[in-house]
Order: sequence, then structure tokens, then C-alpha cells
Amino acid sequence: MSKSLRILVPVKRVIDYAIKPRINKAGTGVEKTGVKFSMNPFDDIAVEEAVRIREKHKKLVENIHAVSIGPLKAQDILRTALAKGADTCSHVDVKEAELEPLAVAKILKEMVAKQNANLVILGKQSIDDDCNNTGQMLAGLLNWPQATFAAKVEIDEANMTARVTREIDGGEETVSAPLPLVVTTDLRLNQPRYATLPNLMKAKKKPLEKLSLSDFSKVDAEPRLKVMKVEEPPTRSAGIKVGSVDELIEKLKEVKAI
Amino acid sequence: MLRSTVRKPLQLASRVKLSTASWSASRRAVPLQAGRVWWPKVQEYSTKIQPKLTAESYPDVHRFSGFKKLADEDLSFFRSILSDSEILQAKADEDLALFNEDWMRKYKGQSQLVLRPKSVNQVSQILKYCNEQKLAVVPQGGNTGLVGGSVPVFDEIVLSLTQLNKIRDFDPVSGILKCDAGVILENADSFLAEHGYIFPMDLGAKGSCHVGGIVATNAGGLRLLRYGSLHGTVLGLEVVLPNGEILDSMNALRKDNTGYDLKQMFIGSEGTIGVITGVSILTPPRPKAFNVSFLGVESYEAVQKTFVQAKQELSEILSAFEFMDLNSQRLTKEHLKDVPHPLEEEYPFYILIETSGSNKEHDDVKLETFLEKAMEDGTVLDGVVAQDETELRNLWQWREMIPESSQAGGGVYKYDVSLPLKDLYSLVEAANAKLTEKGLLSVEDTSKPVISAIGYGHVGDGNLHLNVAVREYSKDVEKALEPFVYEHVSSKNGSISAEHGLGFQKKNYIGYSKNDQEIKMIKQLKNLYDPNAILNPYKYV
Ligand SMILES: Cc1cc2nc3c(=O)[nH]c(=O)nc-3n(C[C@H](O)[C@H](O)[C@H](O)COP(=O)(O)OP(=O)(O)OC[C@H]3O[C@@H](n4cnc5c(N)ncnc54)[C@H](O)[C@@H]3O)c2cc1C
Repeated sequence: MSKSLRILVPVKRVIDYAIKPRINKAGTGVEKTGVKFSMNPFDDIAVEEAVRIREKHKKLVENIHAVSIGPLKAQDILRTALAKGADTCSHVDVKEAELEPLAVAKILKEMVAKQNANLVILGKQSIDDDCNNTGQMLAGLLNWPQATFAAKVEIDEANMTARVTREIDGGEETVSAPLPLVVTTDLRLNQPRYATLPNLMKAKKKPLEKLSLSDFSKVDAEPRLKVMKVEEPPTRSAGIKVGSVDELIEKLKEVKAI
Repeated sequence: MLRSTVRKPLQLASRVKLSTASWSASRRAVPLQAGRVWWPKVQEYSTKIQPKLTAESYPDVHRFSGFKKLADEDLSFFRSILSDSEILQAKADEDLALFNEDWMRKYKGQSQLVLRPKSVNQVSQILKYCNEQKLAVVPQGGNTGLVGGSVPVFDEIVLSLTQLNKIRDFDPVSGILKCDAGVILENADSFLAEHGYIFPMDLGAKGSCHVGGIVATNAGGLRLLRYGSLHGTVLGLEVVLPNGEILDSMNALRKDNTGYDLKQMFIGSEGTIGVITGVSILTPPRPKAFNVSFLGVESYEAVQKTFVQAKQELSEILSAFEFMDLNSQRLTKEHLKDVPHPLEEEYPFYILIETSGSNKEHDDVKLETFLEKAMEDGTVLDGVVAQDETELRNLWQWREMIPESSQAGGGVYKYDVSLPLKDLYSLVEAANAKLTEKGLLSVEDTSKPVISAIGYGHVGDGNLHLNVAVREYSKDVEKALEPFVYEHVSSKNGSISAEHGLGFQKKNYIGYSKNDQEIKMIKQLKNLYDPNAILNPYKYV
């Protein structure tokens, strides 16, 4: 079998990162009506990385497949992924259900099998729940190596290995692993391109596979966590101005800070 | 939540890292549902070059001898009606540069005194006194005006509206906003966003300019295409006349046909017949869905063709149609350094289209249909469409950062003109030809004063900005451009000032756009309301 890369890029539809989320009246979650949704920025970076790998290794990459697990509208961000360079995509319609990372990872595991993928590139976290679990769980379920928080990804075609530079506290760490592999992206990995008009037009003709939860009968998507309450962080009280150093010291003593 | 921590690295990761100025503005971004909130904060100055005193650069302009020089007794009077924080005086180590120099650093006055009243009553007392004493006064808003109108020429007192900055009232049913003149435009817009409304005008200086300032200059800006001019949206004004009398039409109604519409006289009066202290304005509901597309086309003809198609296909959702020439984008690229341009290849002209409406799906379909057609028939050669808010804001930067970029090399001569659409770009071509012929222009040769002459603007309104980016201000360049530019505009029946006003820069050129009868009546009005000519002297007419 000739060497080839089949890349799977999971993408999630989240409240646009430039928009400040607000808590709904019932205090059960974030208000979603009338709010702009976009692709999770880390996933945008994942798509870009897959496309760059193909640009660098023309013959190697056989296919870039995007997958989104979410409501019907998630198809919008799949179109974006296609316009930015993915070849094909699948939408797993879960209606309004919010799947937990483990359920997502289990579905992705089956998608990996379905696509015969040997490289999964996904965001290190989604900016809505900030879990930062899915990539790690997926690697665990697949029993594949994982390179999380990637700041740089280099593929060694000859040996079919990847060298990944990771962002860690206070510096960088470079790891190397054989494929198949799970990579999660960090912000500095790349700068995603814009979707050009010709590509947006082409994207319309690219295939979109429609799936639903029932296509993944082995996956138990029931939530294991229960949200008790969602609250705004406490607002900080306004500061005061003091007239002199003496007054400052006095005030600090008052609040027992010194 | 990491959303807040994500914000910083994401921006620093240079997707949107444009300048420290714009970065700080983005952190102040308004929490609204849709729309552009990411504006460059106008820096105090756009260039490091120290300006010369206006009095030295323009030796033909003389201080009017009838004006009194500021004396101790005047200061005592001001102290009797204003508190310490409302009075700023020049000192050995404080030349009040922030108030004496304009944004372009082209003009510099020598005022010794800045007054920053907090009430309309104080404004009235100040003007009454200055009128009696014949002390000249410059009303000043955010000091972002581009024609040298907001800074003193000699020793005029600066009357700054900065501290008159309260929102007075908002009616969420009618959308009528009433506020003090000194409210910063961006603050007014954020306030309105909270209520689901939008300020009916917008411009690059929004982080600094005042609501009163834009009314005084009748600024046009980026939403004129959609919401019309301030002459239509302003419902009433509160104005202090030079003799201290207060004209109050703040409670005006949308429809009121009783008598002369006096407020109109002050819209665009540039501080010459009264000081605006309050503004009542009709605001429209804030659109829920915004789209932005950035296109490359082959010629100015293609820009016009795209505009016609856009109007037909997008009609009511089209909210901005801006064009930019290649040189403007080259300068901006230079200035934004690491930020990749939205389009890979270079094109002679670029277009930014914004749509805004109430239904995203509806808008998407319309925009898509329009773009596909324009692409298929070859009018548009390439383009991108923003897929999220960040991309949307970043695309706007390529239009919004042009003024700052054209200034970054040293300075800029700005001409803001109205021309019939078909002739709009001819001025840029003519200016380039003229500067080249005089041997003044070179992108590479740093011994030449001019770096580049660029064109961009609001095609939707027939409004062109010709910016001549220079390494330094020089008489040679000014002589090559003036009155040449005004003659060209006049020969095509255009206006020499589409939206920036006359100020100091264009005072002598009003004749190119207004006829004798019009000028006569303007002068009569000025004499009637400001017989001692204390308000904003040496400017306008
Ligand atoms: C980056 C940038 C982008 C710009 N883009 C546009 C644009 O797209 N469209 C456009 O039309 N303009 C534009 N402008 C120029 C525009 O004219 C000013 O930004 C704005 O209208 C001035 O508001 P201001 O509060 O800063 O007024 P100032 O600059 O302080 O004053 C301008 C004039 O109005 C007078 N004035 C100010 N406040 C009052 C008052 N309360 N009562 C009486 N007179 C007063 C002053 O005496 C002066 O003559 C831009 C400027 C910048 C720096």
C-alpha cells in the first residue's frame, strides 16, 4: 500500500468568539437565541493545518474530511471548512442535544474507522465549555499517541512520523510520534486563511454526508453530568481614589490588607 | 471561562494584531450581538514629526488686532464660574499640545487656556463673557477633525466639550437619543447597543470624536449610504450662541413644520456661530446580521459596475460600499506588517461590501447570489467572505487603517471631495500625474517628499478621499496640489469638501463649491449671530 494521509478534522459550532455570552433568564445556560455562531477558533486552526499539510505534501494527503456533531445549523460551519480546503464532510445531527466530550470522542472514534483516517487534527478545546478533553479521550479510545497543544506540526513522509512542537508552561517541548496520531491545536499553530469566493462556490458542490445519532448505536450519548446552575462571575466593585499616601495606608489598614 | 483568556492570545497570535492602538480598542469592544465593534482607537497623533506653529507656516494669516489678549482679570472670572479641574493653563512644562495640535499634526496653535465646563450654564456664561471682552474662542470636541478647524490658530481660548458627556435620555419605543455634545461616539453607540439600537453614523475616529463634533462638522462616515445624513437624523439641538443665549430644540418632534428649521444651520457650522451642547437624534434598530465581503477588481469601471449590481441585488441590506486603490492597500500592508492581506494576488482596485439586516439566512442567500453572478460575469476577479466576527472585523481594518497608514511615513495631505461617480477616480490619476511631472513623488527614493498618492472612499456617496502620503510637509507639495485639486473638482462640478468641512485648510477655497450669493448669505448669518467674530476665527469663510 502506498503511503497516504487521510486527515479527519472535527469542527464545532460555538457562539462566535467575539461575542460576549450572556446567561439566560432561567439561569440554566447561555442565551442562544439571536446570537451569532461560528466555527470554534481552534478548529479553524485545525482545518488550516490540515490544508497546509496537504500544500506541503501534495501527493501524500489523500483526503481531508471534516466532521461536525451538532444541530442542523452546524452544516454552515462545515461549508466553511469545505471552502477553506476540506474535501468532504459529515454532519452528525444530534438536534439540540449537547454531547459531553466522552460521547463526542466515541462518535469520533467511529468516524475515524469509517474514514480510515490516520491523522486527527482537532482544537485543543472549544470556547463554549472549555473542556479540553475530547482530543485526549479520543487518543485513549483509539489507543493512538497524542500530541496536544501543537504550535508546529511537521510530517516526515519517509518514516510516516510527526514532529510536534507543543506549547507548555514557560517554553516549548518537541515530541515525535509515529502515525496514526491525534493532534490538538493551539493558537500559535497558524493563521487561518479567508474563504475565497471561488472556493465558497466550489464548496457548495462538495459532498456532505448526513448522519444522526442512530448511526452510532454503540455510543451512549446520555449526559453523565448535570448542570446545577450557571452564574455570571461576580462583578468587581469600583475602585476608589485616595488623596494621599497616608490615606492609602489608612484605607489598606481598614480592610486589613496591611 | 477560557473565552476571556482565549481572546488575548488569539489576537496576539496576529490574526488581528494590527497595532497596539487597535488592540486596546478591541478590549473595550462593546458586548453587542452583531456588527463591527472593533475600532482603532485614534491615537493622539498619527505621526511623530513635531508640527510647526500655524502662525509660522502661514505667515500671511495675521492675528486679528481687535481680539483681547488673555489677562489676569479674565482668569479670575473663569475661576469664579469653573472649578480647578475645569481649567487647564499653559505652564513652562505644559504647552497644552493635546489641545493645540490637530490629529494630523499639521497645525499648531498657541492657546494658553483650555476651559472644560461640565454644564450648559457654564458654557453660556463663558461665551457671554468672551463676547463682551472680545476674547476669541475655539470650540473643541474630540479634536479628530481633519481640516485644522478644531485647534486655535493663535491664542484663542479652547472651549473643550469633553466634560459635558452625559446621556440625557433614551426612548426605546421611538429610538430617540438625547445626549450632551461631549459624549464620545463609540460610547453613544455602545449605550444604544444595549437597547438594540445603533447610532446612525460611524467613522474611524469613533473612539475619540464627540457626538457634538460630528454634528458640528456634519460628518458623513460609513453608514451614510444606509441611514442618510445628519441633516435628516438629527431631530433637535441645544446650542449656546456667542452672546450666551441658549437655543433649545431638544424636544423637537420627528415631524414639525412650524417656522424655519434653525437646527440645520448648526449642522456643519464647524463651531463658527454657536457651541452645540446637546443633541437629539433618531436612531434605527440595530441590524442583527452583518456580512462583509472584500473583493478585487480590474479597473475603476469594474468598481462602478459592481456598485450598480450590488444596489440591484442587495438593495435594502447594502450598508457600505467602499473602494480602495492598489496603492492604498500597499501602504496599509506596509503599516500592518505581519498581517496577511485578505487577497493573495494584487488587483488595481478593491471593494469592501457590508450588508446588514434582520435575518442572516436571507442576507446570506442574497449576498451569495450577487457575488456568484459578479464572479461569473468576470466583474469581480477574486474575493473573500468573512466567516466569523473576527474575520469580519479584520476585513474592515483594510479599509479603516488606510488613514493611519497613509500618515505613518511622516504626514499626509488629505482631500475629501464629492465628484460625479464616473469622474471620481480621475482626481487621483491627475494628482499622481502632476506630482510625478513635478518630480516630487517616489515610493523608493526617500529624497522625494511624496511617498504615494492614494484614493479610496465611499463610492456609495460619490465621495473620494485623495490622500497624498508624504515624508514631510512641504510648501512644494502644497503648491503642486492647491488649488490644482480644487480646480479639478470644480471643473467636474464636484464639491471640494464632501464631509470633512472647510476649517482652516479650505477656508480660501469655498468659492470652488459655493456661489457668490451663497457665500454672501453665509457671511450675513455669521455677522448676525457672531458680530464680534469671536467663534472659531480665521476659518470657514
Ligand atoms: C481616523 C479618522 C477617520 C475619519 N473618518 C471620517 C469619515 O469617514 N467621515 C467624515 O465625515 N469624517 C471623518 N473624519 C473626520 C471627522 O470630521 C471627525 O472625526 C469628526 O467629525 C470630528 O469630531 P470631533 O468631536 O473630534 O470634533 P473636533 O475635531 O474637535 O472639531 C471639529 C470641528 O467642529 C467644531 N466643534 C466640535 N465640537 C463642537 C461643538 N460641540 N459645538 C460647536 N462646534 C464644535 C470645532 O470647532 C471644529 O471646527 C475622520 C477623522 C479621523 C481622525
